[in-house]
Amino acid sequence: MKTLQSSEIAAAVRGLAMSASCDLEPDILDKLLAARDREKSPLAKNALEILVTNANIASREQIPVCQDTGIGVVFVTIGQEVIVSGSLEEAIQEGIRAGYAEGFLRKSVCDPVTRKNTGTNVPAVIHFEIVPGDTLRIGFLPKGCGSENMSGLVMLPPSAGLPGVEEYVVQKVKDAGSNPCPPVVVGVGLGGTFEKAALLAKKSLMRPLGDPNPDAKVAEIEQRILQRINQEGQGVMGWGGVNTALAVHMDTYPTHIASLPVAVNIQCHAHRHKEIEL
Amino acid sequence: MQRPKIDKGFFENLRPISIPFAENVLQTLKAGDLVSLSGSLYTGRDQTHRRLVALLDEGRKLPIDLQGQLLYYVGPSPAKEGQVIGAAGPTTSYRMDAYTPRLLELGLKGTLGKGSRSMPVREAMKKHGAVYFATVGGAGALLSKSIIKSELLAFEDAGPEALFRFEVLNFPAVVINDLEGNDYYEMVTAERLGVKYEKSI
Repeated sequence: MKTLQSSEIAAAVRGLAMSASCDLEPDILDKLLAARDREKSPLAKNALEILVTNANIASREQIPVCQDTGIGVVFVTIGQEVIVSGSLEEAIQEGIRAGYAEGFLRKSVCDPVTRKNTGTNVPAVIHFEIVPGDTLRIGFLPKGCGSENMSGLVMLPPSAGLPGVEEYVVQKVKDAGSNPCPPVVVGVGLGGTFEKAALLAKKSLMRPLGDPNPDAKVAEIEQRILQRINQEGQGVMGWGGVNTALAVHMDTYPTHIASLPVAVNIQCHAHRHKEIEL
Repeated sequence: MQRPKIDKGFFENLRPISIPFAENVLQTLKAGDLVSLSGSLYTGRDQTHRRLVALLDEGRKLPIDLQGQLLYYVGPSPAKEGQVIGAAGPTTSYRMDAYTPRLLELGLKGTLGKGSRSMPVREAMKKHGAVYFATVGGAGALLSKSIIKSELLAFEDAGPEALFRFEVLNFPAVVINDLEGNDYYEMVTAERLGVKYEKSI
């Protein structure tokens, strides 16, 4: 058994929130540089150069990479042997509230009916998962909604098969055009149920960028979709070239014999994601 | 119609343009042109637009005169002490499409954001002689360096969606929709497909 204080959790989440918006992880920077090196359109190449410069300024001066510092999406994986003194959920919300206030991050959360801003960037959207063991892992994904708005979900008939799945994902990215700030990261959830597919798509974004799905047959689909997107897509910022997407992450789950749910969660190039373990 | 020139770097060979726009400048801008904007502009995003149009519906006066102005779709992050503004890159423009024609009727001459506009907005821009620009999305830290003054003008309670006046210096942008009805995103698509570009409006 391990006991964690809720104050300790709140402090960790506060730091996570502040750092996620200003310091891009090395995986995304590496991908942006690789995209720049293979880019053929001079304007798109220059835009990629600007994105790398932007990331450097953001980190050096602790200015958010993008003004849309997102709605917080939190993936909590808690070991069965962890005891939290106080409320885990409140500790996480408090950490985010403090991080956004003290980090000069934009408060972008509002009531869906009145559109009134909560002024604190909470509540965040928290997903809990219980696993064996005695560690608490917290993944933080401040999700910008220029890209989130371009996401979609379809319940395909099983007869559509993999060609139908691939077509839906590629079309979704093409339809998004320049709106979600390409080069994008494409999270795909395949299988499960309506809500499971969406969650798989979102959670796949937490994978180190470009790491293939461990299942070779899924990894092959990821590669095929990525290639098609980069052939048929609108390019960096919609300005042409060969980099509409940096990576496609697909996660799967068994589904009903009548179903083939496909969820596509689009993420912008400012792919902010961080994880801590307590 | 000339092929768009996409062989230029973003911060190279930018054509300097003063804002608010001088007479006869807009007709010289062509889709795909790279410009650097200097002068003053207004900011606004979803709630700002909703409120401006609500004021018009009630027959009330707007807090700003839009004649000849450029409206930048941005919701900046808060400024730290000593900063003019926090990160301040563009937000996605289509969400303003429902409101834009009303503002163009008031003499608004330019909008700046990212992503494509609806056909009704493109038609209204052509009718009223207005241009749409895009800048680099997700480069809010870098773009904030081109903003040299920021002043809160209205709707303070809307937080990041308040209406600001910015003074900008050499703010980079690309012309997406020009006065002739050309659309740079569609030009890029035509080029990729190897087909002749045809205007959709």
